[in-house]
Amino acid sequence: MLEIKDLHASVNGNEILNGINLVVNPGEIHAIMGPNGSGKSTLAQVLAGRDAYEVTRGEVLFEGKNMLELDPEERAREGVFLAFQYPVEIPGVSNTYFLKTALNAVRKHRGLEELDAMEFLQLVKQRMKLIEMDESLLGRPVNEGFSGGEKKRNEIFHMAVLEPKLAILDETDSGLDIDALRIVADGVNKLRRKDNATIVVTHYQRLLNYIIPDFVHVLVDGRIAKSGSKDLALQLEEKGYDWVREKEVTASVEENT
Amino acid sequence: MKSLEEQTVWYQTTFEDFEKSLNGEAGLEFHALRKKALARFKELGFPTTRHEEWKFTNVAPIARAPFRPVPPGRTARVLETDLRLPDLTDNRLVFVDGHFNASLSRVRRVPDKVVIGSLADALKRHPALVQKHLGKHAPFDEHPFVALNTAFARDGAFAWIPDGKGNDEPVHVHFIATGDNHDLISPRNLFIVGKGGRLSVIESYYALRDGAYFTNAVTELAVGEGAAVEHDKLQDESVDSYHVSWTHSAQTSRSTVTSNLIALGGSIARSNIHASLDGEGSECTLNGLSLGTRAQLIDNHTTIDHATPHCASHELYKAVLAGKSRGVFNGKIYVRRDAQKTDAKQTNKTLLLSDDAVMDTKPQLEIFADDVKCTHGATIGQLDADQVFYLRSRGLDLLSAQDMLTFAFAADVANRIHAKGLAEHLETIVHEKLHEGRQGS
Repeated sequence: MLEIKDLHASVNGNEILNGINLVVNPGEIHAIMGPNGSGKSTLAQVLAGRDAYEVTRGEVLFEGKNMLELDPEERAREGVFLAFQYPVEIPGVSNTYFLKTALNAVRKHRGLEELDAMEFLQLVKQRMKLIEMDESLLGRPVNEGFSGGEKKRNEIFHMAVLEPKLAILDETDSGLDIDALRIVADGVNKLRRKDNATIVVTHYQRLLNYIIPDFVHVLVDGRIAKSGSKDLALQLEEKGYDWVREKEVTASVEENT
Repeated sequence: MKSLEEQTVWYQTTFEDFEKSLNGEAGLEFHALRKKALARFKELGFPTTRHEEWKFTNVAPIARAPFRPVPPGRTARVLETDLRLPDLTDNRLVFVDGHFNASLSRVRRVPDKVVIGSLADALKRHPALVQKHLGKHAPFDEHPFVALNTAFARDGAFAWIPDGKGNDEPVHVHFIATGDNHDLISPRNLFIVGKGGRLSVIESYYALRDGAYFTNAVTELAVGEGAAVEHDKLQDESVDSYHVSWTHSAQTSRSTVTSNLIALGGSIARSNIHASLDGEGSECTLNGLSLGTRAQLIDNHTTIDHATPHCASHELYKAVLAGKSRGVFNGKIYVRRDAQKTDAKQTNKTLLLSDDAVMDTKPQLEIFADDVKCTHGATIGQLDADQVFYLRSRGLDLLSAQDMLTFAFAADVANRIHAKGLAEHLETIVHEKLHEGRQGS
């Protein structure tokens, strides 16, 4: 589904991604972990099409298409979804109105009929239940005045409505208390299907107790330093990121000698 | 016409022709006022950019053109289908090129003793009441355009709400211009609201076709004790026209006035909104929205005169500027020495949609009392890149994302309008205008 080959990206001349290689197949959940500043969020933003980052080398294929050539909205319509680490407040635009416009843009692209107000409302109500979201958040402007937890929940709600093929959850656990974390994780698990995939970007292992990954990758200095099964996350929790970093240094020293 | 002298001669001659067309239909006292105003206009002349009040707005194109009033017989035939929002309310007054059109006007829902009609008619039926207020609020001795309006004023909307009466069904006043070059249209409106009275009035200005005509309007609002008024002005004149207006509300104690100005049209459009808080405990709210496209110049000047203690004013003016358009906001707040416990808040926000659009903003607070709360703030910016990306990342294309954000910015003002149905209508015209702006730029 997603194939990242030797991806390099920089902002203002500073290289942040330094040769990422990753393959994500339908049905899989991948966790990307790493210390602060390792490039996790940059990877998420580059995949979503943020133009503040310049891709200097490498390629990204999504279902065989060159994803780097697509605008952010084209990626979204193809089925890529980014749950933002810091969801943006949009004063004056109601959450439902925005979501309906977005959903119909996506449906149109996929050759589906646009939903009318009634059909949309039904869908929305059903999806809200999935993540136990308060209905009052529907009529309010997008994320405006939402608490940190409400914003994160709203991201997963958008995801539940848009039904992406590939969802990238960027630090979705930050700002959530343990109950909200469980509810959001439950929602993500319920949305899991054989034909969709999820990339969970997180600093802590905590979220991975609820969303069980098939693969865990550790990002250090813009590269995947180590990949493994879900047990890798537990090892990291125990030993800290320095453990991976040291191992990598040792490895590169060995390489050079 | 270039020199002041040529302009003076032009308007003197034009006034003499205008006098002949009056046929004694106007009251003597009114005509004396016209003559005084013309004399004052000839002294003042059109302002230039050397005048502080006109620093950003060059009215030379207005001063140079040979405008003249439209004779009553010349106005175009206007049909019901030409009216915008004909069914917004049961009360509508229609003026075509400044002349009252009785057949298109209807006043169906007003309480007993409330008078809604044309000013010319009110001059005949209630001369004492009209004379008491006409020309007493809007200062023609200071402002050349008010003087010019007063000199050529003939008719306009009139409402009288006696003490304790409420008019909950809004009055929609249509000022329709035929849209011929050099037409001078001078609407003169007077609204008198008694103690505890309520009035909701909408003035809309639009044209049947594009042309370089000139609307120079004056509205006087006399607001009684404890009365509540909503005054909405929708200015959507043709793109080649000129529009100058002066809206002056004189408030007495515990009264509230809400003024909503939506300024979309005109090649040069200058609106002056003046609120005098002349009675203790009175309150005014001034909201404004400008949408400029092409090479339009939209200038809004507001003045809030806190003349008495314990008054509050709330002001929010926004502008969206596309293409090569220019916007001006000048917000004056006077707090006089006796006006203790004044609470005044002014906000001005501008969204620039193109690199060629320009905004000049000037908050102007003059405070002579010492126990007051006055704040002001102005921002000028472009669409937020994070917001645009967020919307796009969910599937909206770039233009839809920009439109959605721009519209939300503008709707913040439109949604403050209470008159039923008007905010919804604005939604449509704001969208149309933004669309036009994109094509024009």
